[in-house]
Amino acid sequence: MGDKASAQAIKDFLGEAEEIIEKLNVDLVSLGDSAENGDSDPDLVNGIFRGAHSIKGLAGMFGFDDISGLAHQMENLLDCLRLGKVRLSPGLVETLFDGLESLTRLVHGKSEDDHFSLDLNPVLARIQAAANGPGQEDISLSRFGITPEILSVLTEYEEHRLLDNAQRGRTLLRVRATFDLTTFDQELAEISETLKKHGEVISTLPCAGDSADKIAFQLICGSSLGAEQIREKLENTDLVVETLCGGGEGRKSPASQPAAAPRPSAESGGESIPVRNDILGAENGEAGGGSLRSISRTVRVDIDKLDHLMNIVGELVLSKGTIANICQNLKSEGDSSLAGDLAKATRTLERRLHELQQGVMDVRMVPVGQLFEKMNRIVRRVSSELKKKVTLDVRGVDTELDKLIVEDLSDPLMHIIRNSLDHGIESAAERRANGKPEKGTICLWASQKGNHVVIEVRDDGRGIDPEKVRRKAVEKGLVSEHAELSRDQVFDLIFSPGFSTKDQVSDLSGRGVGMDVVKNNISMLSGMIEMDSTPGQGTTLSITLPITLAIIKALIVKVRGNTYAIPITSVLETLMVEASSIKTIERREVIELRNSTLPLLWLDRTFKLSAEPGEGKRHFIAVVGLAEKKIGIVVDELLGQQDVVIKSLGDSLSFVRGIAGAADLGNQKTILVLDVGGLMSEALRGDASFYV
Amino acid sequence: MPKKILIAEDSSTMRALIVSSIAVMGDYQIFEAANGFEALRLLPREKVDLVITDINMPDINGLELVSFVRSNPNYQSTPLIIISTEGSQRDREKGLKLGANAYLVKPFEPDELQALIRQYLG
Repeated sequence: MGDKASAQAIKDFLGEAEEIIEKLNVDLVSLGDSAENGDSDPDLVNGIFRGAHSIKGLAGMFGFDDISGLAHQMENLLDCLRLGKVRLSPGLVETLFDGLESLTRLVHGKSEDDHFSLDLNPVLARIQAAANGPGQEDISLSRFGITPEILSVLTEYEEHRLLDNAQRGRTLLRVRATFDLTTFDQELAEISETLKKHGEVISTLPCAGDSADKIAFQLICGSSLGAEQIREKLENTDLVVETLCGGGEGRKSPASQPAAAPRPSAESGGESIPVRNDILGAENGEAGGGSLRSISRTVRVDIDKLDHLMNIVGELVLSKGTIANICQNLKSEGDSSLAGDLAKATRTLERRLHELQQGVMDVRMVPVGQLFEKMNRIVRRVSSELKKKVTLDVRGVDTELDKLIVEDLSDPLMHIIRNSLDHGIESAAERRANGKPEKGTICLWASQKGNHVVIEVRDDGRGIDPEKVRRKAVEKGLVSEHAELSRDQVFDLIFSPGFSTKDQVSDLSGRGVGMDVVKNNISMLSGMIEMDSTPGQGTTLSITLPITLAIIKALIVKVRGNTYAIPITSVLETLMVEASSIKTIERREVIELRNSTLPLLWLDRTFKLSAEPGEGKRHFIAVVGLAEKKIGIVVDELLGQQDVVIKSLGDSLSFVRGIAGAADLGNQKTILVLDVGGLMSEALRGDASFYV
Repeated sequence: MPKKILIAEDSSTMRALIVSSIAVMGDYQIFEAANGFEALRLLPREKVDLVITDINMPDINGLELVSFVRSNPNYQSTPLIIISTEGSQRDREKGLKLGANAYLVKPFEPDELQALIRQYLG
């Protein structure tokens, strides 16, 4: 099969395998938490089993024997676990994590090269050893008052769950219900949810309803409540709850009668009434179609294809701009009727284009939850390696970001979290000694603020002493000994390239490792990172990112004859100020803006533009802000707003600071797009002459 | 009229593989169900000529689906193939006892599936 499978099918497999692995990661973390408490949710264990089972089946189809072999061993161990043949323990969860780690590496490896493999023997041996538990006693289930009809459809796992519930002294109940065929899954889900709150749903057996548009179900469940109590919880008059066994009732008669008599077919279980089968065919008129129709209404798309689509949309946006310009020119040349028609057509085009752009954008948006799940795994692994106790508090998982931003964010975020674990969170003993709870907390919170997403990583570890940072920076020659720095400026030093050091002599040096790289990566996403810390209490890093990249609305400005674009999402307002209103405070130029002081950044000085200065009496200022901070960018002219498509400057120009990329204005003019985050942090640090 | 085949399988890649194995055989109308519920909704509405199901599925397992199919007078003699990984012997026996006609072990060879479909649908 492997040879015959097309490259696309393999890609689909790898995509699905990765999804399953991501879910397994999350579920194993939950299982690990329950292992600590010594109890586990059977549904969770069964879900993990099914994940391993699916990967095994899929990998086998593609001839990836190593993946299917490993998944088979994991499935076997999970089968033992779900059938109660081995006990859940933190060690067993670690073994499963090891297996998952190898699975992940294999799947990633295969995406690069079909022949990639690993030496799996050590991990296979560990999994096999963990699966060798005592055998299970075979107990007949007939004594639980369950009809052969039901027994015949129980999988071995469900039989085990039945037994386990009975052995725990729970009442075994049967709930019968009939639903409309169109809505049964929601209604059934509601009942299952309620039953799960008070016990466990072991089996859901469907039976034909008493008419073509009805379907009946028998749910077998275990609960610590009796039939009557369950009946009250369900609040549904149209179902029957019976006690099968246990709970001191020991009767098989209905414990409660429904207000309305149950329908005959529900009552008689397996019996059914002939079902009309012509409905769908008549409705859909599919006679002779022979189509390969699918119910599942989702598609998995390669991000490169979406990128390509986005680029085309971008080019169309620019073409639209050109048409609008031609329209303007026609108007000014006096051909007003033609110009009017063209203007109308352009407006329609603009609306549709906006919808198309929004549509493509929406498809690219993914919840940050996926990324946070990966971080959860890292926290588990690293904290276990470092023998530290840490809880990850995750919030805002539904916040959406462009898929590419999420991808590019994973490395910087991992670095930040590793730093928190390595250097922030103290050992349990140290925390105890300082009167803190033994278990540290790392918060990973996402929230949307307008056109930005803020991701905050906060730990309650030992924090960073700003004075130590300052001394270190002086030592490294980054600031002069007598420099007066604000608290923010001190913490910003941690992100300077010179600050990074590999020597791990103090808690402080470790904290600085690679933070300049983190900052650069965030800047490349047009984002901004800020740090704050209180010694003894913890450190907070907040990352502010645009929701999406690619097409942006920009404010086009002119300075000394050069044109630049400022992403409009960062522009709070524009002002015109008299030169006389610019003041100097602590050697920095500022203006008063509604009772606050706005530091200014002169683009001509920043980029060392040498052409003639302007009139000098009036200046235009674009007030830009990210997170809580603001600066005013001083320019000569404001040319207006325009959609621009940002293109990267490429690796060879990646050292240029203050520039996020280049953009085509649609009139064969290419301009530079300002990196507002980068400019702001340099400006707020008080040194705007960094730029090359 | 092309013969109608229902595939109940929660893995989209596996479904695609089953579909592609059948598609090369000629004119069949294929209905895909991504879980047992979707299969339950389809079966009473559309008279299918062959059912292919997995065992391990969320909510409704394959055995329950087999039992549902067989309890329905319209489907008492409809051929039913279980495709599942080599799992518990007991589940496999139960599937056949409930009335499944054949059991195919994943990873299956498309030839095997095609032969079974030919056998049951002609």
